[in-house]
Order: sequence, then structure tokens, then C-alpha cells
Amino acid sequence: MLSQETVITTHNLTKSFGDFTAVNAITFEVKAGEIFGFLGANGAGKTTAMRILCGLLSPTSGEATVAGFDVYKENESIKKHIGYMSQKFSLFEDLTVRENIEFFGGIYGLSRKELKEKGNDLIQRLGMGKEAEKLVGSLPLGWKQKISFSTAILHQPKIVFLDEPTGGVDPITRRQFWDMIYEATDSGITVFVTTHYMDEAEYCNRVSIMVDGSISALDTPNNLKHQFDTDSMEGVFLKLARQAKRGE
Amino acid sequence: MRNLSFILQKEFRQIFRNTTILRMMFIMPIIQLIVIPLAADYEIKHLSISVIDQDHSSYSRRLISKLTSSDYFRLVQYDNDYSKALDNVGKGKSDLILTIPAHFERDLIKENSAKLALAADASNNVKAGLGSSYAVQMIADYNNDIREEWIQLPKFVDMPQIQITTSNWYNPHIDYHLFMVPGILAILVTMVGSFLASLNIVSEKEKGTIEQINVTPIKKYEFILGKLIPFWILGMITITIGMIVAFVIFKIIPIGSYLTIYGFSAIYLLAVLGIGLLISTFSDSQQQATLFAFFFMMIFVLMSGLYTPIESMPDWARYIANFNPPMYFVKVIRAVFIKGSSFSDLLPDFLKIIGFAIFFNGLAIFNYRKRSA
Amino acid sequence: MKLFFAFIRKEFWHVLRDTRSLIILLGLPVMMMLLFGFALSNEVKNSNIGILDLSHDESTIQLADRFDQSRYFSVTQKLKRESEIAEAFRKNELRMVVIFPPNFQENISHNKQAQIRFIGDATDPNTSNIMINYATAIIRDYQNEILGEQKLPYRIELESSMLYNPKLSSAFNFVPGVMTLILMLLGAMMTSVSIVKEKEKGTMEILLVSPMRPIMVVITKAIPYLLLCFVDVLLILLLAYTVLDMPMRGNIGLLLAESILFIFTTLSLGLLISNLVDTQQVAMFISLVGLLMPALIFSGFMFPLENMPLPMQVISNIVPTKWFYSIVSTIMVKGLGFEYVWKQTLILVGMTLFYLTIAMKKFKIRLE
Repeated sequence: MLSQETVITTHNLTKSFGDFTAVNAITFEVKAGEIFGFLGANGAGKTTAMRILCGLLSPTSGEATVAGFDVYKENESIKKHIGYMSQKFSLFEDLTVRENIEFFGGIYGLSRKELKEKGNDLIQRLGMGKEAEKLVGSLPLGWKQKISFSTAILHQPKIVFLDEPTGGVDPITRRQFWDMIYEATDSGITVFVTTHYMDEAEYCNRVSIMVDGSISALDTPNNLKHQFDTDSMEGVFLKLARQAKRGE
Repeated sequence: MRNLSFILQKEFRQIFRNTTILRMMFIMPIIQLIVIPLAADYEIKHLSISVIDQDHSSYSRRLISKLTSSDYFRLVQYDNDYSKALDNVGKGKSDLILTIPAHFERDLIKENSAKLALAADASNNVKAGLGSSYAVQMIADYNNDIREEWIQLPKFVDMPQIQITTSNWYNPHIDYHLFMVPGILAILVTMVGSFLASLNIVSEKEKGTIEQINVTPIKKYEFILGKLIPFWILGMITITIGMIVAFVIFKIIPIGSYLTIYGFSAIYLLAVLGIGLLISTFSDSQQQATLFAFFFMMIFVLMSGLYTPIESMPDWARYIANFNPPMYFVKVIRAVFIKGSSFSDLLPDFLKIIGFAIFFNGLAIFNYRKRSA
Repeated sequence: MKLFFAFIRKEFWHVLRDTRSLIILLGLPVMMMLLFGFALSNEVKNSNIGILDLSHDESTIQLADRFDQSRYFSVTQKLKRESEIAEAFRKNELRMVVIFPPNFQENISHNKQAQIRFIGDATDPNTSNIMINYATAIIRDYQNEILGEQKLPYRIELESSMLYNPKLSSAFNFVPGVMTLILMLLGAMMTSVSIVKEKEKGTMEILLVSPMRPIMVVITKAIPYLLLCFVDVLLILLLAYTVLDMPMRGNIGLLLAESILFIFTTLSLGLLISNLVDTQQVAMFISLVGLLMPALIFSGFMFPLENMPLPMQVISNIVPTKWFYSIVSTIMVKGLGFEYVWKQTLILVGMTLFYLTIAMKKFKIRLE
């Protein structure tokens, strides 16, 4: 399933805010079609790194390309080829489900006809026929997140960035959410996801663990467990997190 | 441009769903246009006056009846107790104290000259100034009446006289509503433009939805146009509602052309929307944006010539007022409404406001960052 | 009690961290004091006027020069025809035109009678009136000069005096006004918006489940604003005293005590609003339209209350700003004591208790 094409490459990517180095010379590659897990304690620099890759933040130094475009100069081109779902809830609460789909699909270049078809299709798949005309603000969190994810990949981006997408939802909804992620990778979308949940880390093809702004480990979940001599990702994480100097 | 149609669709949906903004749009102009002109009447009437009459003559009574028969004064105290009068001023029950000294009548007739003393509560300088000038005028009238009774006509035969005739153009009946209503219209449009637009963007910031917009391929100018156009339309609606209210309540219709008014409003709105956008780029929360908007609105309104004339300002303040866009709008809308000034009469103001529109929007676009440093 | 202070400390951090807002909150009174003190006035100075001189003789040239010399006017245009007046007015170039009809001098010396016309642009009726009055005075002076000094018979001499404010300084009027307005803005608007903000964000619930009594949670949010309000009062008084040369006549202690009372009034009004609404935008809307506008209009400092139509005068009685303005003006400007303000004080106390009672009631209902 994994091809050799790389969709994200970074080399010594660094971001400092004044004296504080949030992201310290990270280097990694993400292959097309991969689910790439990005783990770390709060404040380890995950979100900062992700925001740089999405073109929301300028890096201080180092190199990075996303979908073949340079993060320094071509950040606007990057945006055409990615989807993004932030940890802060990102749909318009005062628009209905269908209106949100229409808006986000529209600005990613879908025609009105496509929008209608894809919109109906999506609403059907999510089983939200009744709720399609309701304001997003009135829906439960789990549903919002599913819609949020679906709109983020509506335009078939090369990569979708998910920043703690399943925070605060029940295990069943989380499971369903991951099913949706798998479906997305099946259709060729690369998934770059940050998470706190160690069981979710197991679902990733490869996992990187950030400690104090640097990547301390990067491999498949199995290899990592082997390397750190423990039987769960939680064990791996705890061993690495103990080295952290930054407080929460 | 294709993106723009989706953005506009979204903005309009949100605006029409937000009843607060809609209510603001309709109620604010109506309340302000009705209440402020009714309040802002500079002709002061019904001032309370205490009269200390130590003469008790027919002349002193005549003076009092002259003063109180007008609309300007209301007698609240008539006796010989000055300390009570001072007390009344202290309590705010009395605005003026007129003292008629003993032998007023005798001095006036026999000595050819008599004295009166007037004291005004100057804790409100405007009221004191106007009130005492009304009193001075009426006493002078009274004086003339008496003089004419004692001197036979024809009077002052061989003294050269310069007769003065005065006329107040455009507003011969000195109607303050005519003066205030167009000015308030200008301020309303300013509020819609700067205040509502900045609140709107900042609330997207607060909710985090702006970040979602920033990762999309929407261009800067598309985003800004997407915010400008709806509020521009709302502003034009506000001015229309305002003109309807002006007509229905105050029977005021512009003497000049509607085209000039709408033309100027259209450009002016762009300028204030630019200011609104700028405010939003500086603020992180709606609370902050309100404060900023309020701060600037205060300067805008006070320096606009709405209440006090620009000419009365010292040089430095007039210089600042030249950079105050609402100053031009107040001036232009009054000129068109009251004097019927035409587009060509107001060309310099048009050019300046176009300059402001370009400057503020340019700055706002420059300042708006899809990516932070 | 320890918990109470912990909460207050948290609220202080909120307010102090937001430096931009803090600058505005402290800068607003300063800006208003300076504008009102130095920039705004109703005086007419160097107004642009035009002269249409159809005689062009010695007297008219002399008179035109007098107009130009006067501090009220500056002659910027010499017109040729009456038809030019309208255009100059329409372009906002002139405020008034003085017309000397033909044969002015001759009429004075031979017919003992001459005419002058003043045409004011009464778009701004107030200014137009004032200008015409000044212009009339200039002509009267001139006339008296050619007549020579002479005393009229049956003369009433009026001695005018201005109580409390002999120089008719506007500061005596606007300083209490600015104080009232700022306290209203800070007390009611900032408090209500900051409480509603927590409601909107959902953080209010977190605070409400803490062991603090719910009403105390809300009160702690108002305390930083109480202090800020007080700082603003001191700032305004300091500026009035130092920059605007306003004497402090009354008892400062009494003035500060009354200010604190009014701050409580506005804070309780803020609490009440925050209990009634759910979104910041509504809170701001109510504060701006429902509080600040009435505060400006009905305090009596911008517009005199006597002139208003009766319904508006009645409304003004339920607006707290009217009473506070009267208190400040009485103490500060007139230098009078508590016996002159006890009534207004009582009304403010009553209003405060009224707002607080409703706020508490609403608050309990919400929690059930």
C-alpha cells in the first residue's frame, strides 16, 4: 500500500519564539498514503510543527516541503493540496451541516454541481440525513468532529493534517472516527495526526515522538515497542517523556 | 472570484442568522435618530430664576412679568432672601438670581440710572452663558420700552443710524433638527462600518474559525472583500433606513441629490470599513475590539464637527480633524441635505475620502496575515 | 476567604495581561479630558467670511478691515455679485457674508441712514447666530464711534456675575461628565462583557463547580474593574486639577465616597446585564445603546435637560448617570456638602440595591 513517493520532508526544521525554541531541528519524511502519528506531551512542539507545515506559521530555519511545495515561498500552493482539522473546533457553528460542506467544498474549487452530489453523498454516509439542515452548533461534539473531518477531505487533498481530532469524545465515536481515517487513506490521502491517546498511536503506520521540541523516536509502533523493551506504546511514551525538561 | 461567491454566501447566511446584528442595524439608527435630535436643542428654555426684589415697585414687578412671560424663564422664587436663593442654586433648583435693589424705580426715573445684579450658576458654562445673555437682552428691551415712554418721538433725530438686516439662509427658522439629523446619520454609518465589521472578524478569531479559513487557498483580498461587501451593503441599508426615519419623524428630505449622498456614502463606507478591518487586525477578543472601536468612535464623533464646530478648534486640533474621515462625511451630508450642494461643489471632499478609503484598506490588507511570523 | 482572594487574583491577571485594553481603559479618560479641555468649544474664532462691497468707499473699506481684524472673523473672499454667495456656501467656503449696499458712506453722511446686510449660513444655526451677534456688535461699536460717546437717559446698568465659575470655563461642566461616562463604560460594559465571555466560552461552569458560592464567583469578576474605575476617577481628578486648573472646592473624601457608590451602581448594573444575556455581542449592544447613549444624553452635560420633551425628562430620572453627574457637580464645582447631595445619594443607593436584588434573583433561577 505504501508507495515510495514522499509527501512531506523536513530537514532541521526549527521554530523559535524569542529565546524559546518550540521546534528544534526536526528532520523526517512522510510517505504517500501513510498514517503518520505525531506524539508528544503538551508543549512538546507538535502543534507548532504542524502549523508550520500547514502554512499558518513561518519557520525560523531549516527546510521543509509539503506536497512538493516549499513552506517558505509556496505556502499558498500547499494550501490547495492539504486538508486541516484543528484542535479548536473549526466549523461555523451558525451554519448548517450542508452549508458548511458547501462553503469549504466551494473554496477548494468544487463546482456547484459536484458540491451537491458530494454533499448529499457525504450526509448519507454519515447517516445525518435528518441533521443536514440543523445548525452545527446544536450537534454533539462527536458529530461535529466527523463532519469536520469529512469536510477537510472533501476535495481529496494529498495530505490531511489532524490536530488532536478525537479530544473529548467517547471510545465508540473514536473508533468510528478511525474507520473514517482508514477509508481516507484507502482513497490515497496521507494522514498526519497528532494525538494524546496511546491506543490511537497503535493505529498509525509510523509514529514520531517529540520531546522538548525534538524528535526522540521515529518508527513503526512495533519497532518502537521492541526498541524500548515494552509491550505498549504507553510504555514507550512514558520512558521518553521522563526525559522531558519542559514543564507543562 | 469564484471563491468570493462562496465566501459571500457564507457571510450573508451568518449575518441573517445573527439576530443581534440585525436588531442593531434596525433599532440603533431609529433610536439614535429620534432621541438625539430631540435632546440636542441648543436653544435653552425654561431656565429657573430666583428674583430678589428689594424695591417692590410697579417697575420691578413689570420687569419680572416681562422676564417670566417669555418661554425662557420660570420664576421659582420671589422674595427678599438672597441666602435662600444661593441655597436654591446649590440644590440645582435655580439657574439664575436677579437682584432688584431698593430704590430701583426711583433711581431709574430720577437719577437717570439704576442698577440690577444678575448672578448665574456657571457650573454649566453653556447654560450660564446663554441664560444670562437672554436675560441681558430682555432687560435691554425693557429698558428701551421705558425710555420710549419717557422720551417723546421722534427720537435721536440727527444721529446717523446704520440699520442691520440679517438673514439666516437654508434654515431661517433655526431648526436644530435640520442641523443634527444629517450629522447623526453620518455617525450611524460610521458605527456600522467600523464597529460591526471589526466585531465580526474578531469573533471569528475568538472562535478559531479564522484559522480554518487561513489554511484554505482563499486569497487575502478574497477574504477581505468577503467581509467588506456584506457590511458595505448593510451600511447602505442603514443610511436608507436613516433617511426614511428623518423623513417620517422630522420631515427632513435632502435638498441636494440622493445620488450625491449615496455616491459619497459608498466611498465613505469603504474608508470606515477599512478602519474596522484595521481594528480587527489589532485585537484578539471582542472585548478588546469593542474598547478600541469605542475609543476611536469617541475621537471620531467629538472631532467630527457634529456637536462643536471645527472652526472653533485650535490649530493643532483642526490639523488632526483633517485626518478624521467622519469630519468630511458630516460636512458633506449636511451640505447636501441642507444646502443642496452638488457633486462638483464637494469634489475636494470626495477626493480626500477616496484617499482615505485606499489608505485604510491598503493598510488593512497589508496588516492581515494568513500566516503568523 | 483565602479562596476568595485566589479568585480575585485570577481576575486581576486577566485584566492586567491584556495590556492593550488596559492602555485604552486608562487612556480613554485622558483622551477625553484633553479633547474637551483643549480642542472642543462652541466659540467662534477666525471664521471665514466674505464681503460683498457694492459701495467700495472709505467707510466700507474701513469696516471690512475691522471685520478682518476681529478675532472672530477672517475675510477670505471679496465677492462681486450676490449670486456668488450661494455657491460659496454650498462649497463650505464661507460661513457668513457681509453686504454693503451702494452709496454707503453717502447715505450715512447725507441721509443719516445706511443699511448693512448679514447673511449667515444657518446650516449650523448656533454658529450662524453667534456670528451675526458678533458682527452686529462690530457695527454698533463703529456707530458709537462716529456718534461720539454719549449717555442715554433712563439707563439700567446690569452687573452680571458667574457663580462658581467666573471665567465660564467649560471644564467645570465636562469634568463631571467625563467621570460619569467613563465609570458607566468601565463599570457596566466591561463587567458584563467579561462575565458573559466566560459564559460563552463555557469556563463559567468550571468556576461555578468550585467550592466558592456562585454569586461570589461573579462578584470577584467585578472587583478588578472596581479598582480600575477608581484609578480612572483619581486620574480624572488629577488631570482636572493639574492640567485644566480646576479648583477642588468640596470635600475630596465625600467626592471619592460618592464615586465608589456610583461604581457599585454601575457594577451591579453590569452584573444584572450579564445575568440577562448569553452572548458578548448582545451584552455590548445593550451596553452601548441602552447605557452609554442614555449616559451621554441624560446626564445633562452635553445637552441641557430642561429643553427635552417631557417624556425624555421623565426617562432621565431613571438613568443613574443624571444623579451622579449632579452629585459630582455639586461637590466639585459648587463646593457644597452632603446636605446638598443626600437625596441623589439615596436614589443611587436605592438603584444599586434594586439592580443587585434582581441580579441575585435571576442568578438563582439560572442555577436551578
